[in-house]
Amino acid sequence: MKAAAFDYVRPATLREACGYLADGDGEARIIAGGQSLVPLMAMRLVRPRLLVDINDVAELTGIARDGSEVVVGAATRQADAGRSGIVVDDVPLLALALPFVGHDQTRNRGTVGGSLAHADPSAEIGLVAAALGATMTASDGETDRRIDAADFFQAPMTTTLEPGECLTAVRFPVWPGAGRVGAGFQEVSARDSDFAIVAAAAQLALDRDGVCRRAAVAVANAAPTPVRLLRIEEALIGQRPDNENIERLLPLMDEAIEPSTDLHAGADARRHMARSLTLRAILQAAANAAREP
Amino acid sequence: MPAKRITVIVNGEPHAASVEPRLTLVDFLRDVLDLTGTHVGCEHGVCGACSVLFDDLPIRSCLMFAVQADGHRVSTVEGLTEPGGGLSLIQDCFWETHSLQCGYCTPGMLIAAHALLRRNPDPSRQEIRKAISGNLCRCTGYGQIVEAIELAADRLNQRTPSPERDGHDR
Ligand SMILES: Cc1cc2nc3c(=O)[nH]c(=O)nc-3n(C[C@@H](O)[C@H](O)[C@H](O)COP(=O)(O)OP(=O)(O)OC[C@H]3O[C@@H](n4cnc5c(N)ncnc54)[C@H](O)[C@@H]3O)c2cc1C
Ligand code: FES
Ligand code: FES
Repeated sequence: MKAAAFDYVRPATLREACGYLADGDGEARIIAGGQSLVPLMAMRLVRPRLLVDINDVAELTGIARDGSEVVVGAATRQADAGRSGIVVDDVPLLALALPFVGHDQTRNRGTVGGSLAHADPSAEIGLVAAALGATMTASDGETDRRIDAADFFQAPMTTTLEPGECLTAVRFPVWPGAGRVGAGFQEVSARDSDFAIVAAAAQLALDRDGVCRRAAVAVANAAPTPVRLLRIEEALIGQRPDNENIERLLPLMDEAIEPSTDLHAGADARRHMARSLTLRAILQAAANAAREP
Repeated sequence: MPAKRITVIVNGEPHAASVEPRLTLVDFLRDVLDLTGTHVGCEHGVCGACSVLFDDLPIRSCLMFAVQADGHRVSTVEGLTEPGGGLSLIQDCFWETHSLQCGYCTPGMLIAAHALLRRNPDPSRQEIRKAISGNLCRCTGYGQIVEAIELAADRLNQRTPSPERDGHDR
């Protein structure tokens, strides 16, 4: 398995990188961590004529708090994001999800933005972005634009990024003053750290009395894109998130998900997993929130 | 496609070469530098046999092109041995606990073990299992590999003394 021949450039600025993409006329492709692209090239499912390596573009790397958002540069390594104190403190759901993304060896290369751009329906980072309603920023070198997570994921392996566009960052909302915030992340996979057969993510804010004031809940690989469970979120507000209350709300996800059948699980099994993982993720989020001072 | 000039520091030594962009890092190590200790199993990122340290962190060398390593440091299993050529402490533990049968996965397992113990000198059994979760072994059933890494941690923390070297060729 050897990739078809291609030419290679490693620009140092976003502007230059976008210039190469524009000149490439649809045959140029960004390589970030390469953890999804290189296997596709090895199998010759993808044959770019030019690889634009963004690993030296410093402006695409880094994690910072900006007002009520945490900004993660697209080319930030998954391993670095997982170790970041800012992520752990301000986006606890992302911190919980990252250890599920592949293995040490893949997280040391794989990037946060690469995972989002690749848009695998089982991807944990996309799930967190969908759950929290993150905003993507993209640039073609001339103009920048913002895309809500809800509009970003179109279909498996398909986003609304244009061929000449580079994803520059993802902005995760922080929930200051929302009460005690806790996150929960649950997944079923064939092996430790392997792709999720189904995954569920939840972040809750509880008030002093343990009543839910804000909720973010979503599932992955139960539909062609990650799905935010808005009806469950709304119904959780004003409730005490205990086992009985949550179980009552779970059927609200039925019309939002479209589980499919593949080698790993049938649609019915996926539906069952989506319900039980969502229940566990919400309970985990509530328990973690209750532990906050 | 035009070849690119690269210089990669492999096991401490700079190596300059002219490579086609599509040459993977593992093929560069094996076929250009003749460092065949790093194995190549699946060539698409699932088996971990090709694991090397890239700027001190474990990565899969079949998922990088050699051009991308220009100006960077790579350590292979050959770089783990002691200066005189003897086995490293971790390699010794693999030998002692029979952690290899066919040996195909072993270089990747050693790299994963080495990276783990440098980051976390006293890992739990769970942390060890997690650290080798990206490396497939079709022979051992993993039990002895976990045991080897536990033994290496014990010795690094001097809970179990290292045996005297007996002078036999290992
Ligand atoms: C063994 C193994 C296990 C894995 N397990 C998981 C898992 O459990 N969960 C999971 O989610 N993933 C998993 N992955 C995939 C994950 O490791 C990848 O890192 C991720 O999917 C892609 O990120 P990347 O940086 O490697 O991107 P690349 O492979 O470099 O790129 C992927 C795609 O995104 C495009 N792209 C990358 N960056 C940008 C950008 N800034 N702007 C526009 N387009 C861009 C590329 O052109 C390409 O089309 C696994 C991979 C392997 C090899
Ligand atoms: S050869 Fe690289 S992971 Fe299998
Ligand atoms: S010893 Fe044969 S694959 Fe591990």
